[in-house]
Amino acid sequence: MNALSAFANEFALGRIKVVDLTQTLSPEFPSISLPPEMGQAWPFRIEEVSRYDERGPAWYWNNFSCGEHTGTHFDAPVHWISGKDLPNNATDSIPPERFIGPAFVIDCSKEAAQNPDYLLTRESILKFEERHGPISPKSWVLMRTDWSKRLDPAAYQNYDDEGQHTPGPDVEAVKFLVAERDVLGFGTESIGTDAGQAYHLRPPYPCHYYMHGAGRYGLQCLTNLDQLPATGSVVFAAPLKIRNGSGSPLRVIALVHD
Amino acid sequence: MERQKRKNPVLRTRLPTLPPAARSRVALGLTAAAALGRFELQQCRDCGTVQYPPREACQKCLSTNLAWQKQSAEGEILAETTLEHSNDLFFRERLPWRLGLVKLDCGPTVVAHLHAAAKQKVRVRAMLDRAGQAVIAALPQQETSDMADDRQLREFTCDPKHRKILVTDGKTALGQALIKELVSHQPEIVWVGHAEPWKKFAGFEEIRTLPQVTLVPLDVTDSKNVREVAAEIAGKVDIVVNNAEVHRSFGIANRPGVESARAEMDVNYFGLLRLAQEFGPAMRSRGADGRSSAVAWVNLLSIYALANFPPHGTFSASKAAAHSLAQCLRAEMRPAGVRVVNVFPGPIDDEWNQLLPPPKLAPAALARAIAGALRDGIEDVYPGDVAQEWLARWRDNPKALERELSA
Repeated sequence: MNALSAFANEFALGRIKVVDLTQTLSPEFPSISLPPEMGQAWPFRIEEVSRYDERGPAWYWNNFSCGEHTGTHFDAPVHWISGKDLPNNATDSIPPERFIGPAFVIDCSKEAAQNPDYLLTRESILKFEERHGPISPKSWVLMRTDWSKRLDPAAYQNYDDEGQHTPGPDVEAVKFLVAERDVLGFGTESIGTDAGQAYHLRPPYPCHYYMHGAGRYGLQCLTNLDQLPATGSVVFAAPLKIRNGSGSPLRVIALVHD
Repeated sequence: MERQKRKNPVLRTRLPTLPPAARSRVALGLTAAAALGRFELQQCRDCGTVQYPPREACQKCLSTNLAWQKQSAEGEILAETTLEHSNDLFFRERLPWRLGLVKLDCGPTVVAHLHAAAKQKVRVRAMLDRAGQAVIAALPQQETSDMADDRQLREFTCDPKHRKILVTDGKTALGQALIKELVSHQPEIVWVGHAEPWKKFAGFEEIRTLPQVTLVPLDVTDSKNVREVAAEIAGKVDIVVNNAEVHRSFGIANRPGVESARAEMDVNYFGLLRLAQEFGPAMRSRGADGRSSAVAWVNLLSIYALANFPPHGTFSASKAAAHSLAQCLRAEMRPAGVRVVNVFPGPIDDEWNQLLPPPKLAPAALARAIAGALRDGIEDVYPGDVAQEWLARWRDNPKALERELSA
């Protein structure tokens, strides 16, 4: 029996749980906001083509539209200027083996509850490793903040006069994960892999800058991270095969052994 | 005017009817002027005689050289009568109805609908009736504060008083000026749309705390959302003021790609289409629903809808598209007596016209013009000097205006 048939067997026996880490694509789900004079990503929109009616008597279907960075979505390295010249940096050229990887889930929910601008530090990651063991290469690091439990879009976006206040990693944490842990990518529950105020970090948006600059990926708007163990789960995150795409909405699932 | 009692929700709603709508082509000249709030009659270019009713040849010298010209609206009631009976479905339901003959200072004697306070010396106004055709109303010479409350006059106007109004975008400077202006006209309710409710906007608290105001999360780019908001309130809305717009100041060559232009079309054109599809049917069913029936649909267009202003080229195109669609909406709303009011402002003094030199239209002035158009029953509104001047140039010679704007 090889590993895959062992897996199939375990799965059939119900010993492997599937956790859906994906938000539902809907027009209500908040979209990223840029200054209005800049180009804007489309929010998710859906228009009915027909619904068993004069437009199509026996069938129901819709047209939908959205940006590459809508809902639960994947960021490819080409998304950021630091990753623009890397090989295999777009949704269609990333080797498909990168779409499966173990996940390390760092629980920052208490910190984020107290401080919406909470920044995950290198020291916090080292403390996580003291408890759970080292983060293995080619793994996803997922930052659990319980931000997805903010069902009110205003609370989820969390804007005030100074902009958005959502948690994310700090500069040193990102550099550490890339250079010393060789991670596959970084995932968050909020609308960006970077913190809401990350424009003021040096460099601005360090998670985008360093992760994508090193050919790593991002996942954002994840949910149900509270159902994952700190270690031991496997994440499936395959973006749509958009030619030279910078990212894609996708279904992210995790497998968890009982 | 007392606030109308709430409608008994189990009673049948009266179906809309229209007053007689047939007019000759030449008689539509009176309608064209009334749509702008102007009183014009034909005048003979040869002998100067003012004509009424509209005709092909001068009643005095038989010249066919007649031109529509602004006329003095002063006059005197010669005779009056009050209809107690009519076989016309529209008037039958609105009896008694006061009519009279008014001898105008400019010459002709006209048949006029008489305001209850119109006595002897009057001023007349050409007004659009529920069929969208011009009629002549005689009003008291002196404006009084309750003049617009007149039962007959209210059949010709779209007065916001005691009506339930939807302003589709409360986030802009104009939206907020509109809300404040409309609230001063004693509406029953003002629903205020605010898209992307997670984005705070300046003035939010002030608007939110007005007792007449109810915020609704309306986003005209989202068909599902428009349908849901309409399901909740469309059966109650008397006046839609669609001021939602996207305005970016780009032509064809100075912005790569189509995304800005598409965003303009999505709000300025498709937004109107979505609103019209979802709110139109319910409003059409309430065109004669008592004294506070569904009466008006206001579209914020732009003077650039008439002729493209190349520095704001894609915006102009989206407003031209919206103008065309608004004409379709007008045709579809007319059988219910619901008036489509198109507003064609020149540049508004807002962030998107920052680099245009004055004169620019203050949002509060535009809001006053819109509320005034509703109260006075005007259908095509060209508020401010810039819009008036462009309109005059466009009417005179559209080709010349095209050249002037592209200079």
